[in-house]
Amino acid sequence: MTILPMAGVDLPAPAGRRKVHRHALATRITHWLNALCVTVLLMSGLQIFLAHPALYWGASGADADRPAFEIGAETVTVGVQRGYVRLGSATLDTTGALGLVPGADGDLTERAFPRWATIPGWRSLALGRRWHFFFAWLFVANLSAYYLFGLINKHLRRDLAPTRAQLRPRAILEDIVDHLRLKFPKGEAALHYNPLQKLAYLSVIVGLLPTMILTGLTMSPGMDAIAPWLVDLFGGRQSARTVHFIAASALLLFVVVHLVMVVLAGPINGVRAMITGKLAISEGNDHEPHSAPQK
Amino acid sequence: MSRILLPKNSPLGRRKFLGLGVAGLGAGLLSGCDRLSEAPKFIDMLGSAESLTYRIQRFLGGGSALAREFSEADLSPVFKVNGTQAPDTPEYAALQESGFANWRLRIDGLVTKPLDLSLADLRAMPQRTQITRHDCVEGWSAIGKWQGPTLADLLRRAGLQPTARFAVFHCADFYERAADGTGQYYESIDLIDAFHPQTILAHRLNDEALSVGHGAPLRLRVERQLGYKQAKYVMRIELTDRLDHLGLGKGGFWPDRGYEWYAGI
Repeated sequence: MTILPMAGVDLPAPAGRRKVHRHALATRITHWLNALCVTVLLMSGLQIFLAHPALYWGASGADADRPAFEIGAETVTVGVQRGYVRLGSATLDTTGALGLVPGADGDLTERAFPRWATIPGWRSLALGRRWHFFFAWLFVANLSAYYLFGLINKHLRRDLAPTRAQLRPRAILEDIVDHLRLKFPKGEAALHYNPLQKLAYLSVIVGLLPTMILTGLTMSPGMDAIAPWLVDLFGGRQSARTVHFIAASALLLFVVVHLVMVVLAGPINGVRAMITGKLAISEGNDHEPHSAPQK
Repeated sequence: MSRILLPKNSPLGRRKFLGLGVAGLGAGLLSGCDRLSEAPKFIDMLGSAESLTYRIQRFLGGGSALAREFSEADLSPVFKVNGTQAPDTPEYAALQESGFANWRLRIDGLVTKPLDLSLADLRAMPQRTQITRHDCVEGWSAIGKWQGPTLADLLRRAGLQPTARFAVFHCADFYERAADGTGQYYESIDLIDAFHPQTILAHRLNDEALSVGHGAPLRLRVERQLGYKQAKYVMRIELTDRLDHLGLGKGGFWPDRGYEWYAGI
């Protein structure tokens, strides 16, 4: 089996383990900058959403129009309020978590998201927008640098594009079983991504992240005049706002799954590898994937 | 100093330690962001993104590009009233009482010929009618049909002095009147937007005279920017070469309160 070109350097390590170069410097820097940007963008985005926690489909939508999705608080009986999340005609009581949440003094207040989920913690649309747009530019610059490096050092094609063998239904099914059994490679097999990992990373890198940028741009009235095709692409400004929210939720789901996987697969080794670039692997190949890895 | 002893060869201990670390990091990030949000220098740094947005949008054709215009079928059933519902000054009440017969729009500052125009004067000028989408900074949008003379026509009548750079709109309403009497609404735009063909002073919405809630008798429509730029109850248009001597110095009521002056985003 050939190992990845990146993964050729043997370094001194305790017996039975050796350290190999796993992540390029460009990958590591862009990864952490991206983590910072996505965190700030998600949290300042929730702050912005507090100002009008409802989503519509089409060009327009405001109070008098029926939202497709809504977070709010309503009075049940005199003096009793409840928080709710409404999707179409289905309503879910979310008192304490969404819509009606503990405020700074601990008492329940009308607010779509709790304080810990927003930047800043207190309500400020103006500050939320400042954080959001500054980090949006940083995010775009960082993602562009990532694409550029990924194409130049072939990271995207070599490490992330699934091989034909990996895309066979059988290989994907086996990988799903491996994930469900929490079976993670520790040896040579840890030096390349498995099919589910590749598909997840790629769908974020070439799917979700560009969708966030494009739907974000579509909400800008200035950009809509410059590039009307953006509005058509998403079926209207309010649709774009809704897609922005859905894609952000999907991104949040990815982050949660990603973090769980890092913890299950060995958090110290994994996080260290993303900082120093060097991953410790065991000498014996304890877990060879069923499908042939990349040639 | 006490040392943190990590249990060796105990993945659970390590994991617990890491978990605590992550939780600590998260809490630190949260309070850190809140502390940074209170640091004026940091907020100014974040605000530097605005000039980048402005330059790039202008560079990409934002000078002449037109906002989309819609058809009657797209009109919002209810056009939401936001901001001031009705100015609460005796002067405005008197104007409203007279059906705005005594109302005059003053155009002055860096112009060659200051103007005082009545509603009839404005109605007698060439009119532009446009069905456009209004995007509130809060996130909602409404589509309405606006009618009025273009600002460009008005400015050509007044004649600009060479040093004029901004058109400032002084309004009749106090959105938040402070103890010192400040808090009067105002807004400003650059001359690119001032001379844009879709920038009009609307006196009609959806084929009816502008209601008090929507800014009677006259409001600005600057279609490629957010709702708070669409100043209502416009009383005076002042041409200036700078904005720092007005209000709190940021060029508008909401910009003075932390919002972007360039609201094309």
